[in-house]
Amino acid sequence: MSRHNLAYFAREGLGNLFSHGFMSFAAIGITVACLLVMGTFSLVAYNAEIQLERLESDYEILAFVDETYDASQVQAVGKELVKLPNVKSCQFISREEATKSFEEKHEGDYMLQDLDVSIFRDRFAVYVNDLNQVRKTASTIHTVEGVVKVRVDEDIASGFIMLRNVAGVVCIALIAILLVVSIFIISNTIRLTTFDRRDEIAIMKMVGATDGFIRWPFVYEGFMLGLLSAVIAFGLQWLLYESVAKSIDVSDTLQILDVVPFGSIWKPVAAFFGGVGLLVGVGGSLTAIRKFLHV
Amino acid sequence: MIRLTNVQKQYENGTHALRGISLSIEDGEFVFLVGPSGSGKSTIIKLLTGEIVPTEGRIMVNGFSMTKISNRQIPLLRRSVGVIFQDFRLIERKTVYENLSFAMRAVGASGKAIKTRIPYVLDLVGLAEKADRYPSELSGGEQQRVAIARALINNPSTIIADEPTGNLDPTRSLEIMLLLDRINQLGTTVVVVTHEQALVNKFGKRVISLEQGSITGDGIGYDNGVKANEQT
Ligand SMILES: Nc1ncnc2c1ncn2[C@@H]1O[C@H](COP(=O)(O)OP(=O)(O)O)[C@@H](O)[C@H]1O
Ligand SMILES: [Mg+2]
Repeated sequence: MSRHNLAYFAREGLGNLFSHGFMSFAAIGITVACLLVMGTFSLVAYNAEIQLERLESDYEILAFVDETYDASQVQAVGKELVKLPNVKSCQFISREEATKSFEEKHEGDYMLQDLDVSIFRDRFAVYVNDLNQVRKTASTIHTVEGVVKVRVDEDIASGFIMLRNVAGVVCIALIAILLVVSIFIISNTIRLTTFDRRDEIAIMKMVGATDGFIRWPFVYEGFMLGLLSAVIAFGLQWLLYESVAKSIDVSDTLQILDVVPFGSIWKPVAAFFGGVGLLVGVGGSLTAIRKFLHV
Repeated sequence: MIRLTNVQKQYENGTHALRGISLSIEDGEFVFLVGPSGSGKSTIIKLLTGEIVPTEGRIMVNGFSMTKISNRQIPLLRRSVGVIFQDFRLIERKTVYENLSFAMRAVGASGKAIKTRIPYVLDLVGLAEKADRYPSELSGGEQQRVAIARALINNPSTIIADEPTGNLDPTRSLEIMLLLDRINQLGTTVVVVTHEQALVNKFGKRVISLEQGSITGDGIGYDNGVKANEQT
């Protein structure tokens, strides 16, 4: 294809875009909205995943050791623990260390005699690979000879797992639905142009233009619609993300969440928006023009 | 060269538009195709341009077999056949020049070819002065000249005109026919569909008469056609 033709297609395509100002505007608006919803859910899912990974590395199961065990027996328990499935590592905490850190935390406002006897036990902090299996791992730990008590904080783990799984599923479903919606709306916009230009299409066919040649300006129009939508959606997503991140940062209850900074993920986000935008634009135009050819 | 062999065309709704037609037109010929409205003239034109396919029979146009032609070859066939219609079919939002450059660009002509070809063809049809006019600023006769220029612009070997003078007064009609005759003398095969007997008789060319989907006459002059018609 000559450079001359490329310029021609670009000019025709852009002309089409502007000749249906309102419809193009509406198509871009809806595509932007679709992209934003897809992007937002993907980003939430991604952040939940990151949060979960952090949680996995921080999350500990406490395995309390029989207080009658001596140092070498305790060490043997530790060796048993690391052999268990899903256990990444375990760290020994002596009863002295535990008491000290407890005292520091609750300085002055406790009565030693009310405390559970467990704080006087040696313990292991067990770190896991997969937070999903915490409950199972905890019960396996309990079967280890010498472990008298296991403490897990299941609520935090299950909350995040749920968020991640839900966001993941919703994400995939939404992306599928919204892809179809955007292709449909862009396809209809371009169908309007093909209708508007049916006389030109007829003349092109009459003088012997190939289907490919007839198709190109419309593909270009779809391409531009998709690209514009992607650029606008990316900008809006950025603003939205930053403002949500900021409000999480200053909020009292949500501060514990660590939002991934946009600066470190903008490239894949841009690639995603660009890819979806072009897929939708070009896909939409091809479905629109398909019926017009082969007549 | 155009050759139809036992061509039948039945439309989807059951209408028998052509009932077994055989005819042949050599390169460089000028042929009138005449007949009352509904006799199947436009159907023949559509068969020749690949817009429709025959129900029966074989059609050859400029080396392409219309029953075997592939979708990819249709554009090549159409580049060898320039078509003109009664209603001109110009693009209203484009100037005369742009209408012609549009038709050239559609077949991938270069900017340089466009710049040299358009003035030549505009001059041939006598519209050199009107290149920048819009179709709405031209008379019917002039618009048809633009359509003829567009049909010629990609240098086809054949020109087919379906009632090109149907919307024009007799003087303009004669001018259009004279122009088509001139184009024929420059070497292009010309097929003109019309039902203007007086006009046809001024030229003394080959006339093929059609009636109810059958050929009823083929000879020099309209009268020959009609006579042949009466004999059947
Ligand atoms: N697309 C079509 N579908 C059904 N019937 C058609 C179609 N086109 C033409 N016809 C019929 O075929 C016959 C021949 O039509 P046409 O070739 O247009 O005649 P002409 O051009 O000589 O007036 C007419 O009876 C017409 O009604
Ligand atoms: Mg007709």
